[in-house]
Amino acid sequence: MLGSLLSDDLPRSRLLAAALVAIVAALALAPFLFPGAAAINTAAKICIFIVLVASYDLLIGYTGIVSFAHTMFFGIGAYGVGLGLYSFGATWPVLFVGLLVALVAGIALALLIGLMSLRVRAIFFAMITLAVASAFMILATQFSEFTGGEDGRSFKVPELLRPATKFLDAPVLGVDINGRLAAYYLVFASAAALFLLALRIVNSPFGRVLQAIRENDMRAEALGYRVVYFRTVATLIAAAMAVAAGALSALWLRYTGPDTTLSFAIMLDILLMVVIGGMGTMYGAVIGASLFILAQNYLQRLMGLAAEALAGVPVLPHLVHPDRWLLWLGVLFVLSVYYFPSGIVGRLRGRK
Amino acid sequence: MSAPASPSASPPPAGRAVIVETLPRVKTDFLPVLLPLGLALAALPLVGNASTWVTLTVAALAMGMMIYLVASGLTLVFGLMDVLNFGHGAFIAIGAYIALTVLGPLSGWVQADSLGLNLSALGLAALAAMIGTGLLGWAFERLIIMPVYGQHLKQILITMGGLIVAEQMIHVIWGGDQKAMALPTALRGAFVFGDIALEKFRLLAVAVGLVVFAVMMLVLNRSKIGLLIRAGVENAEMVEALGYRIRRLFVGVFIVGSGLAGLGGVMWALYRETLTAAIGGDLMVLVFIVIIVGGLGSVGGCFLGSVLVALLANYTAFLVPKVALASNILLMVAILMWRPQGLYPVAKR
Repeated sequence: MLGSLLSDDLPRSRLLAAALVAIVAALALAPFLFPGAAAINTAAKICIFIVLVASYDLLIGYTGIVSFAHTMFFGIGAYGVGLGLYSFGATWPVLFVGLLVALVAGIALALLIGLMSLRVRAIFFAMITLAVASAFMILATQFSEFTGGEDGRSFKVPELLRPATKFLDAPVLGVDINGRLAAYYLVFASAAALFLLALRIVNSPFGRVLQAIRENDMRAEALGYRVVYFRTVATLIAAAMAVAAGALSALWLRYTGPDTTLSFAIMLDILLMVVIGGMGTMYGAVIGASLFILAQNYLQRLMGLAAEALAGVPVLPHLVHPDRWLLWLGVLFVLSVYYFPSGIVGRLRGRK
Repeated sequence: MSAPASPSASPPPAGRAVIVETLPRVKTDFLPVLLPLGLALAALPLVGNASTWVTLTVAALAMGMMIYLVASGLTLVFGLMDVLNFGHGAFIAIGAYIALTVLGPLSGWVQADSLGLNLSALGLAALAAMIGTGLLGWAFERLIIMPVYGQHLKQILITMGGLIVAEQMIHVIWGGDQKAMALPTALRGAFVFGDIALEKFRLLAVAVGLVVFAVMMLVLNRSKIGLLIRAGVENAEMVEALGYRIRRLFVGVFIVGSGLAGLGGVMWALYRETLTAAIGGDLMVLVFIVIIVGGLGSVGGCFLGSVLVALLANYTAFLVPKVALASNILLMVAILMWRPQGLYPVAKR
């Protein structure tokens, strides 16, 4: 049962299995274990980023192609759902139509980029995605009468998911059973389903071909697999999953804007999560996203304390200033690409 | 080149001349050169006003030269060693910041109303920026790129990581706030001919770009180093087999490329007259488009691509400002449909 649910790709390490169980349990019970708006926001963000990072890992870790446009697809999903709900009212049909439109748009764009660049050389893909993603972000901020520009759009979600909707009069275990809780579990369940789907895909024959292409594309081609076709389909699947993650993000935040979905900073975050968690292992997405977002929320406070403690010393306070946490992540990133290319999950599995 | 053959075995001079003549000539391909000209002419009726058109075109040429300065190093490094440096943008910002630091104590020269003093201040700043970024490029190559030769995925990741670290170090060293980068007195304003205004700094940028392009073309096509570089782009292993240290050549090209990016950064910051740590980002997007449009590894294609991209960016910024960058994406799509490897594809790649 568990084996088929995880597509027979078991953690293969006790420590990893324990960490995964702990993370999933914490996320599943987050509203009850960690009351408070900030904690549940963090939990929802982790769920969404697990999907986003898993879909990115399908590209970078399993197929071996680097895209810098993953946030663009994330943004297409968020804007599709968000602008739909904003313009046509907060109903379920609008939500699904918005998601559908976003999926079609995302897949079409991914197909276009893929056909243009993957046909020639895989390295074109990294540069072209970078350029297209920048252009898309500028377009999204420029057409402000439609997208809300830099400010983005706040909108209402369907009634079932609103905080004002109460399902039970009395709180259970000190938690109000309201629409916000329903929204959290919608995000959690969708994220879990999408993650298991990604696991299914990478462990299918199709996923094996992707890994063969990653290891040696010439050889895969020689064995009779059309590399361009497989690479393109992989980008389409990854794009569709990123669109879905974006839609979840819009539903949870009840807001969509360039800074939360499209910005290059998020692209860097995703890269860091994939590399730190472990490229080419879907579980790396879970570990990487959870650790990274926790660190983002709590490490910065710690750095603030350190900066205060070092106030008298020259240069050092600047180095540990909370705004400089990306510096340390960058260093960590470079070191982990060198020394732990398989990330945390690879390390744990290697130890046995 | 060392001649292994003994004198008696080498053919007489006359015979050699015959051999040279029978070699197939490399076809010169002028078709892409017509593109920028066509684009400029096509834009004239759309812009409508001749003087605006001249101003826009000169601004575009200046911008194109700056893009070219940054892109040429990157494309050569890629052509020679198959290394795509996503951290190249860091040298743009660092070059600009070094120039800012140098121009600080020289403010007397900068503010003096004398072209000579102004230019020497700028020259010193640009020199310092080029040396600084060149040295940094050397360290970058040593520390960041050397361990990951031949692995594209890791190269992209590592150089991206290097870019993050470099950008954050700029924040640590120079602070994160936006800095003003004042133009020297004599370079402010414009020459006015009738109703055509040509900004002085843009003319300077065009001149600098053309000089760099000319020098680069001369070195590449008329010197032994250039011959080796071109040979290395075609087939690095063969050059190595002939006894040349391709690695050393590559490090040299990397240093020069980084230095040129630094120079481009100085010009770009002066052009915008403000400076932030993210200044390289905007330019790098255009640089990547240029490299793809021109053909990875081709210096001539890179020059042409820079002019083309800058022209289109400036015309659309004037006509339909909202889609300026998107128009360049469309340009890239169109050119890749026409020539999937770029305007001037380099053999083998």
